[in-house]
Amino acid sequence: MSKIFDFRTCPTTGLRVDRTAEKLIKANAVAAVIFLAIGGLFGLLVALTRWPAVHFLPADWFYLALTAHGLDVLLVWIIFFEMAVLYFASAILLNCRLAGARWAWTGFGLMLTGALVTNVAVLRGQSSVMFTSYVPMQAEPAFYLGIILFAVGALIGCFVFFGTLVVARREKTYAGSIPLVTFGALTAAIIAVFTIASGAIILIPTLLWSLGLVAHIDPLVYKTIWWAMGHSSQQINVSAHVAVWYAIAAMVLGAKPLSEKVSRTAFLMYILFLQLASAHHMLVEPGFSPEWKIFNTSYAMYLAVLGSMIHGMTVPGSIEAAQRARGLTKGLFEWLRKAPWGNPAFAGMFMSLVFFGFIGGISGVVMGTEQINMIMHNTLYVPGHFHGTVVAGTTLAFMAITYLLIPLIFRRELAMRKLATWQPYIFGIGVAGISIFMMGAGTLGVARRHWDMTFADALLPFDYPSVAYLMMALNGIFAVMAATGGLMFVLVVVRSVFFGRRLAENEKPSYPEVPPQAAAVAHYGSAESPHIPGTVFLVGIFFVAFVLYYFVNWKYLSEVWPLS
Amino acid sequence: MAITPPTERIWWRQPIAKVELVWIIIAFTWGLIMFFMMIFWHGAGEQNLSSEAYQIKPERFAAHAQKMIDDHQVRIEGGFPVVHPPPGSDVYLIARLWQWWPILELEKDQSYRLHLSSMDWQHGFSLQPVNINLQVHPGYEMVLTIRPDQAGEFGIVCNEFCGIGHHMMVGKIYVAE
Repeated sequence: MSKIFDFRTCPTTGLRVDRTAEKLIKANAVAAVIFLAIGGLFGLLVALTRWPAVHFLPADWFYLALTAHGLDVLLVWIIFFEMAVLYFASAILLNCRLAGARWAWTGFGLMLTGALVTNVAVLRGQSSVMFTSYVPMQAEPAFYLGIILFAVGALIGCFVFFGTLVVARREKTYAGSIPLVTFGALTAAIIAVFTIASGAIILIPTLLWSLGLVAHIDPLVYKTIWWAMGHSSQQINVSAHVAVWYAIAAMVLGAKPLSEKVSRTAFLMYILFLQLASAHHMLVEPGFSPEWKIFNTSYAMYLAVLGSMIHGMTVPGSIEAAQRARGLTKGLFEWLRKAPWGNPAFAGMFMSLVFFGFIGGISGVVMGTEQINMIMHNTLYVPGHFHGTVVAGTTLAFMAITYLLIPLIFRRELAMRKLATWQPYIFGIGVAGISIFMMGAGTLGVARRHWDMTFADALLPFDYPSVAYLMMALNGIFAVMAATGGLMFVLVVVRSVFFGRRLAENEKPSYPEVPPQAAAVAHYGSAESPHIPGTVFLVGIFFVAFVLYYFVNWKYLSEVWPLS
Repeated sequence: MAITPPTERIWWRQPIAKVELVWIIIAFTWGLIMFFMMIFWHGAGEQNLSSEAYQIKPERFAAHAQKMIDDHQVRIEGGFPVVHPPPGSDVYLIARLWQWWPILELEKDQSYRLHLSSMDWQHGFSLQPVNINLQVHPGYEMVLTIRPDQAGEFGIVCNEFCGIGHHMMVGKIYVAE
């Protein structure tokens, strides 16, 4: 290939930007947002149906909408956006051309085709099997085929990313080691390869089974391997959104990691241990030994949780250190009070950090405890937990960095700034509410994936406590709020990207403010102990909340019928 | 910055700041405590799920359940047989589209060996308001010992999606004083 690579120079960062990489980032981000809008709409319909006083959809449509919601947001939106993150963290941050652009477009085409095929299969109504498609419940072959195509496309994207790292190293486009954000993206890509391989191992036989070519798929084997994909893919999200946190802290505040070694080791722990999480879904299944459950569900003694707890200190710590270096040194929290809360990139990132830790993180560890799982499995506690991780964590972080990608990559001025300023708050608080109230309803025993909590059509009567109805109404209200925030995001993106003012070739965007590369932050190496008392205080609150909530749930467990 | 290569080329030789090191030690220790808490509960706690399970054909499981129903049925309620098996015995609960079959009547503070299996798809055994939740698979028989320590009427909700009638799948367990 004797193609001449086409670069422009970024007026904000001074980096060379490969125009092909830029186009791919745009294409993937736009596809992501489209599926976020579709999947988000299905999510709103689900929440309105579970709001007992509204009970919006009929049963068949509810289960269809729930299947589509899971697929479009948990899989399609997030993976498309992650492709954009991978290309950004490789070609753009490393100052390099994208390796194998034609492959990258092929991957994009496969992902888009796969997403459409699966969506059509679901909308035809014969594949309302939920995102997890547990056998022996069967969907149309197109349902599995679409997911497989999508996964192959994503796998190609991962290898384009790896290839770009190799090219950058060979062409010496950067000095020393790759940036921390790229390292985090590399973590995500490595986990993605494991995830997609697991998916192939189980979904290809399942496709053949739905075509009638394979006679039997064992439901326990299916579940164990499916979750090696299903849960590990959430760890791709964790790695990617932690990388995005570091990126936003760097781009908005010029924050520098407290210690490269600590942050990178924390990412490494994700690669080494997160894949064991399939066990989180097998804690109340027949036949698994306690030894297997305890080792796997704890990621081998909570070593991956340790990784997240480290990031939980180093991300806000690096922000505090940068702010203090700028002179915001009064008291414990001047650095936080005077943070750029009006900048949607920062506001979204910081809320993502807090909600992911306090809501998604703590609940995940508690629910993943071998015995405690019994009082939560398949109740609404489960979606409560993962809306805290994947929506309040990943989605909010991805929305936040989109506000930086619009001026830097799309080269458009951010439109509707007022709306953009409010968006992370409306969406973030809405999602936090969804998570908390679903967890509340789950604690009261309300089943997930369930059309009618009143059991009006059941042969035998049963009633949940009335507080559970209140929880579901509040969940509905906060879902409307979150959907409003989601709509605001889509409006701002569409308005900016398609109708916003085009920035001139060398024009620096005025909003959101991004400090120049050589930020006013003084040099602070990890050798000098950074002064971060505010972060220490916040981490202390987190730790106390974690310990208390953990033991409260043991108390709840001790009150149920003895069983062995 | 996190978006540029590390300023110190040999970054892995940089010492770790004390504040970070302390937090790593605390977090690691907490992980160990949580890890050993699960093991501790196997000795000290009363709620540990059995790992006893067998592969079984649905027809065979249904035959076991039918035998129990034939031997110990006490009445019929809403079309469901109500079974009062003797304390300590093996009790069977069938999960199928869209019923928990039969209704069990147990005695408080007595132990029973509960057998669970599905005739068709996966189902979720969700005992309410106690809030014990177990997954029920077709082709697998899970056996656990339960000892109800409250008297009253309890519902069994299905909390694994099992098709269009999922929300109608409700069963019952009575616990007599």
